[in-house]
Amino acid sequence: MDIHEYQAKEILSDYGVPIGAGGLAYSPEQAAYRATEIGGEVWVVKAQIHSGARGKAGGIKVCKSENEVAAAANELLGKKLVTHQTGEQGKVCHRLYIEAGCNIDREIYLAFVLDRANESVTVVASAEGGMEIEQLAVEKPESIIKIAVEPAVGMQPFQAREIAFALGLDKAQINQAVTTFLGCYRAMRDLDANMVEINPLVVTKEGNILAVDAKMGFDDNALFRHSNISELRDKSQEDAREMRAADRGLSYVGLDGNIGCIINGAGLAMASMDMIMHAGGEPANFLDIGGGASPERTTKAFNLVLSDDNVECILVNIFAGINRCDWIAEGVVQAVKSIDLKVPLVCRLSGTNVEEGRKILKDSGLPIIMADTLQEAADKAVAAWKEHTGK
Amino acid sequence: MAIHLTENTKVLVQGFTGQIGTFHATDMIKYGTNIVGGVTPGKGGTKHLDKPVFNTMKEAVEATGADASIIFVPPPFAADSIMEAADAGIHFCVAITDGIPSQDMIRVKRYMRRYKKEDRMILTGPNCAGSISPGKCMMGIMPGHIYMPGNVGVVGRSGTLGYEAASQMKEVGIGISSSIGIGGDPINGSSFKDHLAAFEEDPETKAIIIIGEIGGPQEVEAAMWAKENMSKPVIGYIAGLTAPKGRRMGHAGAIISAVGESAAEKVEILTDCGVSVVPNPSSFAPVVQEVLANVG
Repeated sequence: MDIHEYQAKEILSDYGVPIGAGGLAYSPEQAAYRATEIGGEVWVVKAQIHSGARGKAGGIKVCKSENEVAAAANELLGKKLVTHQTGEQGKVCHRLYIEAGCNIDREIYLAFVLDRANESVTVVASAEGGMEIEQLAVEKPESIIKIAVEPAVGMQPFQAREIAFALGLDKAQINQAVTTFLGCYRAMRDLDANMVEINPLVVTKEGNILAVDAKMGFDDNALFRHSNISELRDKSQEDAREMRAADRGLSYVGLDGNIGCIINGAGLAMASMDMIMHAGGEPANFLDIGGGASPERTTKAFNLVLSDDNVECILVNIFAGINRCDWIAEGVVQAVKSIDLKVPLVCRLSGTNVEEGRKILKDSGLPIIMADTLQEAADKAVAAWKEHTGK
Repeated sequence: MAIHLTENTKVLVQGFTGQIGTFHATDMIKYGTNIVGGVTPGKGGTKHLDKPVFNTMKEAVEATGADASIIFVPPPFAADSIMEAADAGIHFCVAITDGIPSQDMIRVKRYMRRYKKEDRMILTGPNCAGSISPGKCMMGIMPGHIYMPGNVGVVGRSGTLGYEAASQMKEVGIGISSSIGIGGDPINGSSFKDHLAAFEEDPETKAIIIIGEIGGPQEVEAAMWAKENMSKPVIGYIAGLTAPKGRRMGHAGAIISAVGESAAEKVEILTDCGVSVVPNPSSFAPVVQEVLANVG
């Protein structure tokens, strides 16, 4: 689960990470009022969406008067911002964070990530701040500092000092930097975050360390023990269909193709999508209906897949382990009868009770195209799609 | 032979008396797995499915001489159960549970390092369908009948994709020595490489197939290790050629977040390392057949 910049800053600030004065606004009036409250002569109006690279998308505006703040707020609220992370559909900005401007002397990149290779939290830092890490990895790989944290004892001050000195910070800033690094680590560990990124962490002309941006992502599997973090979820930033799927216990990812997929198991789902591509088609989605696929669940899966207007054919591929094919077949028949299916349906069942399952589909009298193997299923789905659409 | 689990393996079920534990324990007993008892704290001294129930793993191991365990404990408590198994002297543990927090798994892995490598429990999963040595022992939630006994070793992340491969092979008469599920989580108990090493030592296994997917470094690591250290041929399949970058595809670990983690990149590296790559998921059988023909 991702949260907004202002939420991440609030959390990190509690852990000793220095942040600038700022406040949240939902309207231009509120934005101007926040600017007055904060004081000073320069403010930054920042669109709160779940994405990086907001600056390039026009989501961050530097303002020199309260009128400018109000005007910037007016422009950004309700605006759809498109970044390389949001995809073409973009994300709509409903909240603004108004922050005091600062005099930047230098920018640093700082991130804490769950490192799968080391099976630990790893700190990634670079003196080349402001750039994104993917870009840094390609253009300035030598500037990247990496330190793995020993999980039994947590991050140690000497590790934080090593990073601070390697970044070339002045003696006066070392203690501030150490507090910042250790604070980020503790926040990550205490709250089961899987990512903390501060980009940039800046040194101001006055010589202070300041987190100018902040991003945190949390482990969904650990939210059960952090109700205060669960509350920060902003559903307006999530894909409506994927959210609906998740709320129904289905795992769904929307894609650009036309062949809708209903499959059990994540690996088999990916493999079936690959098979569709191999057969000359394009999958419209990833969908794992999971282990106990009851008729209700199967109906929900059909409705979900069909809510994508691009879907012009459906492929059901079930390898029944805990599931039983007869059970799944009944679910498919019930679902098809209840939804008035207008696109061709290819169904491949395999595993436990496969004969009974196929018989139920055949006896239903519904126009279900049957397939025995994965190859046949993909070929028939692509052929049915071509016939249905004339493409 | 076979690896990790054989007809002599004595298995305990952690989370024995729960609904899921009961369902699958019944299935495993039916398959012929030697289930010697189970653990549910607070229900020690009772019997379940005709087997003794214990309060703690230590007690259970002492009373039954069990050397393996399978875990059906809910996610908030599963990491604790894994560590309890390791501490009780279990050699081989299958964690079925899906949804264990990543940082819990980091702590589990760190905890297990307190045992010397040769005494350390082999953990598979979490978030896996389990492992099976066909005809000998099944520790998992798979349909046992689709696995034919034979001499191909299988290691895979995904449950149902593993079933697909096993049944394609059975169709043409290729059997399996052991099939090990390592699960779809980002931090898992053991990796492809760990089991490749075990298969290399197993006289019954002639070739090994690894069934991977997008995300993480483990397929590539295994291929590089195999190139340097294995005499037996390795076959590989990577799911997710159509998966977009940065999106989680069902499994917590199936996400392309770094260079080298996409299916296309992994396939390229596997090929470079001499792994026979299965080009699409309907070709498991012909590729394995061809490789076996060359082994003789």
